[in-house]
Amino acid sequence: MLRYSLKRLISLCLSLAVASVVIFAVIEVAPGDPASFMLGVNAQPDTLAALRAELGLDVPKHERYFNWVGGMLTGDFGTSYTYRTPVSDMIADRMWVSLPLALYALTLSTAIAFPAGIYAASRRGKPGDIAVMGATQLGIAVPNFWFAMMLVLIFAINLRLFNAGGFAGWEDGIWTGLHSLTLPAIALALPQAAILARVMRSALLDILGEDFMRTARAKGLSRRQALWRHGVRNALIPVLTIIGLQFSFLLAGAIIIEQVFYLPGLGRLVFQAISSRDLIVVESVVMLLVFAVIIVNFLVDLAYAAVDPRLRSRT
Amino acid sequence: MGQPMYRAFASALAVSASLFATQGWAQSDITIAMQLEPPHLDPTSAAAQAIDSVVYANVFEGLTRFMGDGSIVPGLAESWEISDDGKVYTFKLHEGVTFHDGTAMDAEDVKFSLDRARAEDSANAQKALFAGIEAVEVVDPLTVKVTLSEPDGNFLFNMAWGDAVIVAPESIENIKTNPVGTGAYKFGEWVQGDKIVLERNPDYWGEQPALEMATFKFISDPTAAFAAVMAEDVDVFTGFPAPENLPQFEADPRFQVLVGSTEGETILSTNNKQPPFDDVRVRQALAHAIDRQAIIDGAMFGYGTPIGTHFAPHHPAYVDLTGNSAYDPEKAKALLAEAGFADGFETTLHLPPPSYARRGGEIIAAQLAEVGIKAEIINVEWAQWLESVFKGKDFGLTIVSHTEPMDIGIYARPDYYFQYDKPEFQALMETLTKTTDPDERNKLLGDAQRMIAEDYVNGFLFQLAALSVAKAGVQGLWVNAPTAATDLSAITWAE
Repeated sequence: MLRYSLKRLISLCLSLAVASVVIFAVIEVAPGDPASFMLGVNAQPDTLAALRAELGLDVPKHERYFNWVGGMLTGDFGTSYTYRTPVSDMIADRMWVSLPLALYALTLSTAIAFPAGIYAASRRGKPGDIAVMGATQLGIAVPNFWFAMMLVLIFAINLRLFNAGGFAGWEDGIWTGLHSLTLPAIALALPQAAILARVMRSALLDILGEDFMRTARAKGLSRRQALWRHGVRNALIPVLTIIGLQFSFLLAGAIIIEQVFYLPGLGRLVFQAISSRDLIVVESVVMLLVFAVIIVNFLVDLAYAAVDPRLRSRT
Repeated sequence: MGQPMYRAFASALAVSASLFATQGWAQSDITIAMQLEPPHLDPTSAAAQAIDSVVYANVFEGLTRFMGDGSIVPGLAESWEISDDGKVYTFKLHEGVTFHDGTAMDAEDVKFSLDRARAEDSANAQKALFAGIEAVEVVDPLTVKVTLSEPDGNFLFNMAWGDAVIVAPESIENIKTNPVGTGAYKFGEWVQGDKIVLERNPDYWGEQPALEMATFKFISDPTAAFAAVMAEDVDVFTGFPAPENLPQFEADPRFQVLVGSTEGETILSTNNKQPPFDDVRVRQALAHAIDRQAIIDGAMFGYGTPIGTHFAPHHPAYVDLTGNSAYDPEKAKALLAEAGFADGFETTLHLPPPSYARRGGEIIAAQLAEVGIKAEIINVEWAQWLESVFKGKDFGLTIVSHTEPMDIGIYARPDYYFQYDKPEFQALMETLTKTTDPDERNKLLGDAQRMIAEDYVNGFLFQLAALSVAKAGVQGLWVNAPTAATDLSAITWAE
């Protein structure tokens, strides 16, 4: 287990190093000068030069790369060009929206997908299964921002149960915060739940055909007992993979949903930073998201090993 | 029986009284939404209009200020005297004005602000406004003398810009995140990505405004903007981004729609140095190939005023020159043939993100195709636009709304991105700067408008409309947008 974890850890560090080079190179290559964006069309050349110097943009590129990476290693993400506040503070603020939203959506998606997937698998070919499969097909086909708009139309504009967007903050209590994240979380969760339910169903169906399931029935367990005790547990491995992927997606991929619900999260920060060429913010947030994705995958890898002893012995 | 009856009546009365009381209380706060969030809150070191939209006239004030009708009135300067040669302005400041941190606002602060803006290392995005200042002297704590190198008829107008507000040396260091001004509202809090809160300043030197608090929310997505107004999450949306939804709000008694004018001349900018646009006949052909009304209807859903030159139609000096470039595709074809392009030519059309450009561009490309000009559409982000079009001048055509007030002077700058280089026009602008007599100025402005219209420098499309949606009870909003601002001082709720 230790060797396995160590190997994973080394590959994690390598991935991060490669990612930092790629991110920096791609973002620096994109056309557009942050200083001229900030000062607009009437800026005079000496004003622009003064601002570029103030922002540290006159330093050679490779030096800026090492300053950036070196800073990140010591926890200093630099200062935003446009907002002029430390990037780490901005990320920390936005994290309080994006992380709860991702967890909320993931919880919802699992809560919908598990029962739906298990129910469909146990009713294979019957009307219940067909109905669930039809619904998930729809869930995969429809993009989440469309769901988002429909939810706003029904629950915010017509029924007035929720605000059309915005985030109430956590100061007024956890329920106020969760309430304002509910519609975005549902919009994010539904397509994810559809995918997860299908994976759950097909994984379970594979397991149900295994020899040990027949043995379990032969020992005298009922269908239901065999399904719950031996089936679901073994089906968890592929499901776990998908959940890991989905969490990364929910954290990084909520950009559109955060726009539709005007939530002050990481996605919106990246979106604004890209259009204003706030390069340091884009680089740092993207790096952080890469880090999150890699960490989640690392944890999922470890979780595999915990669930499936064969993985441990093989390495 | 009489007793309970009476009680029921009394409690009903009490309920209705309390209901009446809550209704009778005028609401004292307001939530105003806009599309773009300010990058920071210092209007003196960035071009972003979103900064002025929050702080101008609310948090920060200048010597003079814009009113909603575009007129210039005294601000922190109570009065002024102009020397006979037009070069020396002596401003008398209001007494008893304090910054939000309690320090006094005096002549030293004015000197500091103006000197900071025109300094060598100044980060002011409109440094040209201060270029004519030769010296700023403190006469006494309430008197400032500003000496110009040349008489400048625009000086009081220039001092009204958000880029010329008065700031204090004591609070300048953190001005970007904690702006300290002299205005009727002080900065409350800023939840980045979400909202900015302003609170009424009880020590304001002028008249106390009605609203105690204002929250600015930033909603960039047009669909989200529609939903936020419909769900009544916000009270006002200024610069509403989805004109196609306005008829729906107009039909709904809960809302009012305000349609005004901005300072934004929306033009089909033409690279005057790039062949074939260096030929005036080609540019004239371009002008006649364009059907302005079709663009206004198609891209702006009817909101916008056609213009025939680079000037705001609501300005007294405006000359209607739309007839000069009336829609006439046959004439356009004839002009192209005369210039040697009977079979048309190919060019590029760079479109920045706003919908006037993206939607308008599609229509213009189709109209140009009618006369044989194939314009390849290239969609760009603003940062890219600034880099390749504005700075690199690597474009044939582009669509931009020039939103600075009174900016016809850009045609006197030969290195400006559309590269119009005409000594007569440059001389005309110089004369204009030196002229202080209003009638004479208007005449000169008329000549300037005619000259660029007759040279067909750019395709002049329409004046961008100022579109706002508000709840029916909101009063005192600016209808027009003479400068980027959300003046809270006159806003009240109807009882």
